[in-house]
Amino acid sequence: MAFSIPPFLQFMFRRVLQIIPVVIAIAALNFLLLSLAPGDAADVISANNGGASAEEVQALRESLGLDRPMIVQFFSYMGGVLTLDLGQSYVRGMPVLDLVMSRVPATLLLMVTSLALAVLAGILLGILSSTRYGSLLDRVMSIISLLLYSTPHFWLALMMIVFFSVHLGLLPSGNIATIGGDFSFLGRVWDVFVHLILPAVTMAMFYIAVYMRLMRSSMLEVLDLDYITAARARGASEKKIAYSHAARNALLPVVTLAGVQIGHALGGSVLIETVFGWPGLGRLVYESLLERDTNTLMGILVVSSVLVIVVSLCIDLVCGLLDPRIVHK
Amino acid sequence: MTSLLTVKSLCVGFPGKRGVLPAVEDLDFHIAPGETLAIVGESGSGKSTAALSIPGLLSRSSRPVVSGSVRFEGQEMLNMPDRKLARMRGPDVGMIFQDPSTSLNPVFTIGRQICEPLRTHMGLDARAAEARAIELLELVKVSAPEQRLAQYPHNLSGGMRQRVMIAIALACSPRLLIADEPTTALDVTVQAQVLRLISGLQKSLGMAVLLITHDLGVVWETADRVIVMYAGRKVEEGPVRRILSQPSHPYTEGLLRAARKEGRDGFLTEIPGVVPPPHQRPPGCAFEPRCARAIAACRAAVPAIRSTGPGQVAACIRAEEGQPA
Amino acid sequence: MSRSSDFLRRLFSSWTTALGAVLLFIIVVAAIFGPIVYTVDPFEMLGRPAQLPSARFPLGTDVSGRDILAGILNGARVSLIVGLAASLGATLIGIVIGALSGYFGGLIDDTLMRITDFFLTVPNFVLLLVIVSVFTSTIEVITLAIAFVSWPSVARLVRSEFASHASREYVHACRGLGMSHMEIMGRQILPNVMAPIIVVSSLMVASAILTEAGLSFLGLSDPDIVSWGYMIGVGRTVLRSAWWMAAIPGVMIVLAVLAINLVGEGLNDALNPRMRQR
Repeated sequence: MAFSIPPFLQFMFRRVLQIIPVVIAIAALNFLLLSLAPGDAADVISANNGGASAEEVQALRESLGLDRPMIVQFFSYMGGVLTLDLGQSYVRGMPVLDLVMSRVPATLLLMVTSLALAVLAGILLGILSSTRYGSLLDRVMSIISLLLYSTPHFWLALMMIVFFSVHLGLLPSGNIATIGGDFSFLGRVWDVFVHLILPAVTMAMFYIAVYMRLMRSSMLEVLDLDYITAARARGASEKKIAYSHAARNALLPVVTLAGVQIGHALGGSVLIETVFGWPGLGRLVYESLLERDTNTLMGILVVSSVLVIVVSLCIDLVCGLLDPRIVHK
Repeated sequence: MTSLLTVKSLCVGFPGKRGVLPAVEDLDFHIAPGETLAIVGESGSGKSTAALSIPGLLSRSSRPVVSGSVRFEGQEMLNMPDRKLARMRGPDVGMIFQDPSTSLNPVFTIGRQICEPLRTHMGLDARAAEARAIELLELVKVSAPEQRLAQYPHNLSGGMRQRVMIAIALACSPRLLIADEPTTALDVTVQAQVLRLISGLQKSLGMAVLLITHDLGVVWETADRVIVMYAGRKVEEGPVRRILSQPSHPYTEGLLRAARKEGRDGFLTEIPGVVPPPHQRPPGCAFEPRCARAIAACRAAVPAIRSTGPGQVAACIRAEEGQPA
Repeated sequence: MSRSSDFLRRLFSSWTTALGAVLLFIIVVAAIFGPIVYTVDPFEMLGRPAQLPSARFPLGTDVSGRDILAGILNGARVSLIVGLAASLGATLIGIVIGALSGYFGGLIDDTLMRITDFFLTVPNFVLLLVIVSVFTSTIEVITLAIAFVSWPSVARLVRSEFASHASREYVHACRGLGMSHMEIMGRQILPNVMAPIIVVSSLMVASAILTEAGLSFLGLSDPDIVSWGYMIGVGRTVLRSAWWMAAIPGVMIVLAVLAINLVGEGLNDALNPRMRQR
């Protein structure tokens, strides 16, 4: 009895399976870093608790299983990671996985908003720039994009706070919601939205510059192709040619790049979330750094990598929608 | 004599490092309604540039410099505003390109691309446009037209794609069809079919055709009149029968001799040398360095176009002395 | 001689590249000679905290009464050195991995590209933070760590260049002459593919400076060294009352990174005329 799985589902399945080797590799890298580091978890814990005698540290070491041979520790760590046990946060006394997962929604909200904003604005500005290629507008936009591209976004975040929160008093300078705010459901949504504006816009700025530049050069390339001339030859208006015929084709490299840059954006969110006190993964990275909570840091590395793979899978699906020639084999 | 398209002293140049490089110089011709005019020449002769400049389709990024006059039914097309020109492309002038694999937008369905001119120019709604698109695909003898509408260009063969391109060009029943090397990128067997299709449609629809080609066989089969171009200039023009039997320009003679050699596809083996690139053109006749009959006077100035027979003109000072081939 | 002057003429043909070069020159001069001429110790508390610019403190003082100008000049050294060294390191790793991968292909290519993809997947700034937090934060560790997370883009580029050259005729000829693989890769192919590598690694200096600034902003820099990112972090604590304290070092970062990006773009146009971004 033969039945065939649709190629689309096969593709999804294979991509999901790809997560496993990445997780194994990260776990291995984590373990390698830990074993290279001076001192171990027992030292850190006792140091965090105001110092301990050598015997006490040794006892702690035994209870954590740190006295076992390296190879045993490695497989025990690896086994844990593969069964979704990322260990305990010794500082906070809770499982790392629970801690990390509780921060994922806030980060996703920030990332998705800012990347969507960046892709949309970058694409529109890129099209505009390419259709006015060589004009004053094009040149000014090129310079602005290069300037944004060269600006550290954590610094831009501070300057946005100075201007929009301190100087104008328009927007909240941090956190995800008003503390102790008593709102209806819609009121709470609005409250989060208001808090989201500054971090999302700041984060989007850099990527707007990146996508605008890429969209512009991609458009210029496409606008020279035969099928654009052919579309002109059948009387399509310049507007339609730019925004429909050319843009649809020029979009592909931009979307692909957005997929590649998810990891970069997640890294950047550490700084943005820290500046804005946004309670997401990035902020957790900073807190764990201060608390020397290595287990949590390593756990974040695992979870955020999985997040990158999942988001880039979604972007691959978008590419398939944009270009009918891409068949998910 | 009425003329559908009149081109006068058309010059096209592209800015380069050492100033504007001329691609087409001082080109004159006209096409009558229903007539087929062929422009032949090697690559680099400026024939495609000339054809593309008529409906204003030269690549914008190459910043073409165009001068002269192109009148369609008396209306000047050069320097016409974009919007107005766009309204002429389709209903007045249709165009077919050399490579059907790159001339169709890869991310849009066939149906969408055929319906586009129907909806822009003829104001048809989606359903009417689709019905007309099916008729057009039947006209160009595409099998299973209903299914084709939902397909993408990469689902079709090269010959099918060119038929689709023709269907798009014919969608608004243009009075002039410009076909730029329409068969070059196709298989030999398909070439003949596509040519026959174009000539058949021309007769039934009564449109004029400007055919750009390097293939004299194609000219012989389809054209009424022919223009021979060399290094950006017209060197000879006349009725097909006369040009092919009694050419006056040595270059045309060379072309014919080369075309008659069977089994050779390098079609200018008879004439030594290559077409001089735009920045190395001599001050006199551009063909002089390759010409067996050149004399000192050929180098002095660009030869004027003179009558050499009934309806036939050539740009060669030694034309009368030449032996008709 | 005329070839190099032709190159320079192409390089500076656009005013943006010239502007970038001038800016970069000023910053490099300030980094080299600044701390020698302006000998104020950036760590010493010299006056009232949070002063506005004055004759004594041209850029004012920070929260602890330290001279901001002294910090800026010393910070320029750190940014440039870390940026250059990290980019150089990343380029070297990238060239080795990319060359092996592109030249040999097959299993070596598969393995190395899996590793490269892995590094592209892991959020590299998070990985960087983990590395720096596990080890002690000295400037050497930070530089190496930035190089360690930045090489994959170079490796990808080098791989595609080497792969396209590996099948060309001159490489076959070299093999026929009995050259070793090392010789062919290093002496024959590498010089031919250097131009795009130079462009990418010069642009990487800019991103390495940004990365270092982010690290030291979070307080993970070498505690014995003043850097621009650290100064922004210090200024952040008084952002509401003295915003200029965080603004000044940030402007320096923008200028330095912008200068490098402008020069990098100019290099791209001059070295790869085919890939010229119009």
